[in-house]
Amino acid sequence: MSEKLVIIGNGMAPGRMLEHLLEAAPDRYSVTIFNAEPRVNYDRIMLSPVLSGEKAFEEIVIHGDGWYIKHGITLYKGHKIVAIDREARTVTSDHGVTESYDQLVIATGSVPFIIPVPGKDLPGVLTYRDLDDVNAMLLAAQSRAKAIVIGGGLLGLEAAAGLKERGMDVTVLHVMPTLMERQLDPAAGYLLQKAVEARGIKVMPKANTKAIFGNGKVEGVELMDGTVIPATLVVMAVGIRPSIALAKEAGLEVNRGIVVDDRMQTSDPAIMALGECAEVGGHVYGLVAPLYEMARVAAARLADSEDRRFVHSDTPTKLKVTGIDLYSLGDFADGDDREEIILRDASAGIYKRVVLQDNRIIGTVLFGETADGAWFNDLKKKATDISEMRDTLIFGQAFQGGTSSDPLAAVAALADDAEICGCNGVCKGKITGAITGKGLTGLDDVRAHTKASASCGSCTGLVEQLLKLTLGDTYNPAAVQPMCGCTSLGHDDVRRLIKAKGLKTIPAVMQELEWKTSCGCAKCRPALNYYLVCDWPDQYADDYQSRFINERVHANIQKDGTYSVVPRMWGGVTSAGELRAIADVVDKFRIPTVKVTGGQRIDMLGIRKEDLPAVWADLGKAGFVSGHAYAKGLRTVKTCVGSDWCRFGTQDSTGLGIRIEKFMWGSWTPAKVKMAVSGCPRNCAEATCKDVGVVCVDSGYEIHFAGAAGLDIKGTEVLGLVKTEDEALEVIVALVQMYREQARYLERIYKWVKRIGTAEIRRQILDDVEKRRTYFERFVFSQKFAQVDPWSERVSGKDKHEFRPMASVGFAEAAE
Amino acid sequence: MNWIAIGSIADIPPRGARCVATPQGKIAVFRTADDQVFAIEDHCPHKGGPLSQGIVHGAAVTCPLHNWVISLETGKALGADEGSVRTIPVKVEGERLFIALEALASKAA
Repeated sequence: MSEKLVIIGNGMAPGRMLEHLLEAAPDRYSVTIFNAEPRVNYDRIMLSPVLSGEKAFEEIVIHGDGWYIKHGITLYKGHKIVAIDREARTVTSDHGVTESYDQLVIATGSVPFIIPVPGKDLPGVLTYRDLDDVNAMLLAAQSRAKAIVIGGGLLGLEAAAGLKERGMDVTVLHVMPTLMERQLDPAAGYLLQKAVEARGIKVMPKANTKAIFGNGKVEGVELMDGTVIPATLVVMAVGIRPSIALAKEAGLEVNRGIVVDDRMQTSDPAIMALGECAEVGGHVYGLVAPLYEMARVAAARLADSEDRRFVHSDTPTKLKVTGIDLYSLGDFADGDDREEIILRDASAGIYKRVVLQDNRIIGTVLFGETADGAWFNDLKKKATDISEMRDTLIFGQAFQGGTSSDPLAAVAALADDAEICGCNGVCKGKITGAITGKGLTGLDDVRAHTKASASCGSCTGLVEQLLKLTLGDTYNPAAVQPMCGCTSLGHDDVRRLIKAKGLKTIPAVMQELEWKTSCGCAKCRPALNYYLVCDWPDQYADDYQSRFINERVHANIQKDGTYSVVPRMWGGVTSAGELRAIADVVDKFRIPTVKVTGGQRIDMLGIRKEDLPAVWADLGKAGFVSGHAYAKGLRTVKTCVGSDWCRFGTQDSTGLGIRIEKFMWGSWTPAKVKMAVSGCPRNCAEATCKDVGVVCVDSGYEIHFAGAAGLDIKGTEVLGLVKTEDEALEVIVALVQMYREQARYLERIYKWVKRIGTAEIRRQILDDVEKRRTYFERFVFSQKFAQVDPWSERVSGKDKHEFRPMASVGFAEAAE
Repeated sequence: MNWIAIGSIADIPPRGARCVATPQGKIAVFRTADDQVFAIEDHCPHKGGPLSQGIVHGAAVTCPLHNWVISLETGKALGADEGSVRTIPVKVEGERLFIALEALASKAA
């Protein structure tokens, strides 16, 4: 019989503890977790990149649902434990679930400190702690109005930078004279303030908040000196305090945190505590490295695997704001017995200070240039006597012992026990050992096997250098294919940055993302134009000069420079009147070839460009609109006759096909989208090789996707079965919108799906009804601007320069 | 040199092209993002594609048929492809654009 382990809290510390425990004693415990947050374990350190838009929540999940299932762990999401009964050894959640334990681990973390000022409970006052806070801030940021961040520490500055990235007008109020005064000396604090201000964020030091005011919601902040600052969002980031209420009620010994010994045991031998809620040796911790060390210690105790004890050590501080490099470690206060070495380079914005005591480093502050942080940390940890290299110490490792300034050489010179990843306590030897021992070839492999650079990511560069050093030329870091020769960024990065930085024109993208060419090329311009059309449907002015000729003139260019024209026939259904109009146009303009297409349409080939507007005018009179046979967009919805005529038909497949086509025509997509609706599983409309297909059955509509029948042949995957036409439409539209927002330009649906996985799509489109609805609504919104018939626009004179020669010259001379 | 007026620079969209019809075939007149004007035969050296319909980037155009990139300054194919098209002298006077008649005549001869 396995012992029962119950964990209260599902943050990073208990998550890491479980990983160690499962490795050391996989079957010893049956594990149950109660998480007050309604979600899985994610990397809380990376919330700032989520706020700024540099990462998506999905990218910072540490343990997905599958992990808990795989390890047989029961996870109660959204369950807050309200009572611990130490006599009976049970815990009870606010939803009434009671679970008994042999060992209990309390990992309730911390709560943000709220300054007790009037107005602190007004709507619009937020803290910065979990994903809910981030989501609330993102919602508020949509207003692009004024925001105030109270607190100029690590968290406050990251929040301010994120809100600024999201387009808000941000002011930081800090009660002390310089920013991050606990981690930085005044000189570095001053440089930091300048760097923060350079990003357009206002900083007010010595600002003491008197009250938050507003009528029903936040309207601003009043300071002690009478200054009033208007704002619609106030974020309090002034510190955290351990969550100890539950432990206190249970009668455990508490101080600032829950008091534990150096093996994480509380005053009750059956109960342990770790993470931000725990107090060990008089210290409570908020940075991840010591919390992960607690996890190691706790796991060792639970597994009885080794006698590991928690020892206090200094942890370096880094700021996760892109473009601001800052590193601080240890003690850097002035003192009679202390010496300091300082390097300042004002024009480069560099400041380095090393504090020495007895020729040993006890503290370091680096600003602007932090590559040597790991080296200084190593010297400090080992208490190395630096008198030999004192003259060149401040210039960093590259200047010691005549080694070159090659960064690779600097990494090569590090000892095997030098710490590379501070968050996870991974040393160089462990990483290089894993690379050779396990045959690792890339950054993701190293992260998976050693955890190095898997938390805050600031040591990614060092890990990459170790890969290069160990693997030599076989290591190819450029796993990301650049969009084209104009940039080193891949499509995914460009799409993400367009959203994150709010870039709304092609010149803005090229400027902000540092394009290498002045106006792009025929590869990147159409892609950028699509991304901007998709992301900002109501704000972006379509750049026709960045579209391929077919989309620019709304017809298909042929090998001789003539064009073909395909009018839309909704669902492939036509009539005598339409056919007669087509016949008349063919006669009038002497169109040489008329052909039926694979998508149930009629194609007229060999039309001179100058004739296109007149051809469209005649077709328009008969009620035709563009069939978009030329577009990276919705092409055709092919149908069979379904229950209207067919003796096997189960549903009105023709009707559904027409409905989908009328709903979705005109939308631009990364690559062409072809659909089909079949009325029964005999599948006469061939729906199972389309980008999106529907196969009607008695019980409803089977939605298919990701088929191909061109360069590649591939049957569709089944997304799921829905009961009504309305549902079918919503699912299909949401799926296409997700594809529109995420795929790379010219990437067909089947390739996109192969890349991100059917499970993820099913989760977002089928399982998460709310998400599906928001995709659907975004599609509907963008259609407001997309559903304009391009043919009738051009008949009315739009872009008429496209269809006429600029001049005719030389004919008279030639006739002479 | 005999210059023939073909219209105004405003007739051509920036990063775009227009055609001028002549007895010897079409001439493509390009306007770049920085308002330079170039004229070349509207006939890709590869398979004769209409270069005037391509995407204009820098001082080059990408043919709409098979993506050859042609320099507007020299008429030569860029990159790995080999071939060239005739360039036609262009003169800009204020807003007005002119092309050289001799180029046409010599081609006709």
